[in-house]
Amino acid sequence: MEEKQVLFAGFGGQGVLSMGQFLTHAALSAGKHVSWVPSYGAEMRGGTANCLVTISDEEISSPITENPLMAVILNRPSLDKFENKIKPNGTLVINSSLVDREPRRDDLDVLKLPVNELADRLGNPRGANMILLGAYLEKTKVVEVEKALEYFDVIFKGKSEEVIRKNKEAFLAGVEYARQHW
Amino acid sequence: MEKVLMKGNEALAEGAIRAGCRAYFGYPITPSSEIAEYMARKYPKIGGVFLQAESELAAINMVYGAASTGARVMTASSGPGISLKQEGISFIAEAELPCVIVNISRGGPGLGGIQPAQSDYFQATRGGGHGDYHTMVLAPASVQDMMDFAMEGFELADKYRIPVMIMAEGTLGQMMEPIILRDPVTPGYEKPWATTGCKGRKPNVITTLHLPPEELEQRNRYLKSKYDLIKAREKRAETFMTEDAKLVLVAFGLMSRVAKRAVMEVRKRGIKAGLIRPITLWPFPDEHIVEAAENGAKLFLSLEINMGQMVEDIKLALNGRSRVEFYGRIGIIPNPEEIVGVVMQIAEREGL
Amino acid sequence: MKVVAKRPESLYDKKFHYCPGCTHGIIHRVIAECIDEMGLREKTIGVCPVGCGVLAYEYFNFDMLEAAHGRAPAIATGIKRMLPENFVFTYQGDGDLASIGMAEIVHASARGENITVIFINNTIYGMTGGQMAPTTLIGQVTTTSPYGRKPELAGYPVRMAELLATNEGSAYICRTSVHNPANVNKTKKAIKKAIQTQLEGKGFSMVEILSTCPTNWGMSPLKALERVEKEMIPYFPLGEFKVKE
Ligand SMILES: Cc1ncc(C[n+]2csc(CCOP(=O)(O)OP(=O)(O)O)c2C)c(N)n1
Ligand code: SF4
Ligand SMILES: [Mg+2]
Repeated sequence: MEEKQVLFAGFGGQGVLSMGQFLTHAALSAGKHVSWVPSYGAEMRGGTANCLVTISDEEISSPITENPLMAVILNRPSLDKFENKIKPNGTLVINSSLVDREPRRDDLDVLKLPVNELADRLGNPRGANMILLGAYLEKTKVVEVEKALEYFDVIFKGKSEEVIRKNKEAFLAGVEYARQHW
Repeated sequence: MEKVLMKGNEALAEGAIRAGCRAYFGYPITPSSEIAEYMARKYPKIGGVFLQAESELAAINMVYGAASTGARVMTASSGPGISLKQEGISFIAEAELPCVIVNISRGGPGLGGIQPAQSDYFQATRGGGHGDYHTMVLAPASVQDMMDFAMEGFELADKYRIPVMIMAEGTLGQMMEPIILRDPVTPGYEKPWATTGCKGRKPNVITTLHLPPEELEQRNRYLKSKYDLIKAREKRAETFMTEDAKLVLVAFGLMSRVAKRAVMEVRKRGIKAGLIRPITLWPFPDEHIVEAAENGAKLFLSLEINMGQMVEDIKLALNGRSRVEFYGRIGIIPNPEEIVGVVMQIAEREGL
Repeated sequence: MKVVAKRPESLYDKKFHYCPGCTHGIIHRVIAECIDEMGLREKTIGVCPVGCGVLAYEYFNFDMLEAAHGRAPAIATGIKRMLPENFVFTYQGDGDLASIGMAEIVHASARGENITVIFINNTIYGMTGGQMAPTTLIGQVTTTSPYGRKPELAGYPVRMAELLATNEGSAYICRTSVHNPANVNKTKKAIKKAIQTQLEGKGFSMVEILSTCPTNWGMSPLKALERVEKEMIPYFPLGEFKVKE
């Protein structure tokens, strides 16, 4: 696999950073080279948050880029900020519950899902990020869904069984959504 | 070997613990606070001293006291806090007390911002406080380096009885990468000078006051000879594709990895570029620079997250032998794409 | 009918950046009202701290400066010595005033420096993400006292009002709270008295105000107000500690 860089962006508090961490953990467990670079400082006071995950078979030279191959966007300001930065023919995943406009570019592979509605339907509003992640992985195979599931317990080490179960459930709901709609 | 995912700041803190550091004094400041928080969690369990000082002024003086007992001791901070510590660092350098001082750096001057920067380069490499002195300065570029350099830092500090500074951009402290956890070491240096109570020996005195001018000059000559020894032995740098390079990028810290990526990209386009990454910022690896020039590098490009500081050391090293240019940002780490653009422009202009 | 209080002239018409339920905002407003009502806006010079109040100059509609961490009393001293006819105050958090700036505040008080200090005690470092402050209560969990503040390790919370009241140079020292409307009113009276003290040239004045930090306490705004009453006031009693005649 050639080097892939994925940007996660949304409001602070939407679980953007932990989504990225989950993917980083999962990819590491699957034997990849990884790095996770967060924006920092501004999240504290209601600002936006983002993180950049790099996954590669080779040692990672630069963990930083202006132009990620993929972006997972959780809110409108993040779409406005990052749409133009995605690499040509890249992938754009959008939380359509909170993003009220269409992407302007036509070269991108655009994948939409109403994450907040799905999370509410599951009765797990805090699981939105895991739903998105499940759908994203099912579609892109950046890390195999089966592998990610295998490492769930490791990644959530120290968390209660209830928390792990709920996260897994949300993750699988996302996988299912992608199978049916994408 | 199994790797674990860690934040840079935590890897550094864990490295210090594995080097046998059992005392930490500090004052919170973004983006360095995770180091203090890590120590606050760990030390009560392993019998170390964590103390949140009322200021960096107080913290560095607590380091002075603890180091004088012979213990391995550390403090960490960022921009404004490092400035406050300078008074204490000057005293520590003169008293030859080994310790590690960490600067998880942000942009200044003044309160500046909290985003990553390398703008404390001058402060770090020129001593920083009053008087004729140096600290050794190590610049990690990865989370693994954060752990390794913390451990190495304590060795160098004890070996030369010198304060060692580790300087890393804020992002490096905040980001996560998988690392190999190193085996703990037991500090092995005798410290007969330590003030631990004079039972069974003559009293030890640690002072930095030298009123008679001859004594003061003697003292400074002595420190100078120590610094010369360190310069002769400890310059470190990593080089990448410099053998046939016509254009050599020079960058340290996380910035060097961005530069490396850019070198790989422009090589694909037929540009003979290379990279020198200083690992010790003081002593500056000038011989690596000179060697690249002797190998035919016509132009050096200093890439920094400041307005141009290391560029002076490169010029000093080259002493007119090749040309030196500079490109820098502040509060933001330039992207590989951006650096590729800069390099291509230069290559075109120079017909490289 | 809902009565909406008119915005004081001393405050810009601008939304605060403070977290929901944080009482920094209420205190800003009370200060502004006092300055308005005493007709001082045009001769006021304020000094901001480093802390969540670092941007207070974006809200106050009069001359303001921004100090290095803890050094506000020293800057205020310089200003006041040059401009004795002006009203000069500092706005400082507990980390700023009682930790890194302890030396500056104690000596400003000891000198009887004719300045007014508004001291926001929220028992924590708000801005840097919830580390222990010198005012953090015994047992209180913060990111640098993860097992609760223990006196054997970190000593005891300082009572600044009581401490500074012992200084001969202190002319008016009071502690108030803003956890309900009655106490907001008392805070306003105290601030006016502190200002009056300065205007009469009597010496150093300080109002310590118990404040909330729902974000770093990990509490809802309502719970945070309750904590002020149930946990903070018993340790930090309200009232006047020094009134020089
Ligand atoms: C010399 C220096 N050290 C550390 C900091 C980092 N710092 C910024 S605000 C702050 C603490 C503020 O706490 P407090 O005064 O209680 O104000 P609050 O945010 O709670 O209102 C610290 C430690 C700094 N800016 N300068
Ligand atoms: S962090 Fe705390 S003190 Fe700062 S604005 Fe938020 S609630 Fe207020
Ligand atoms: Mg506070």
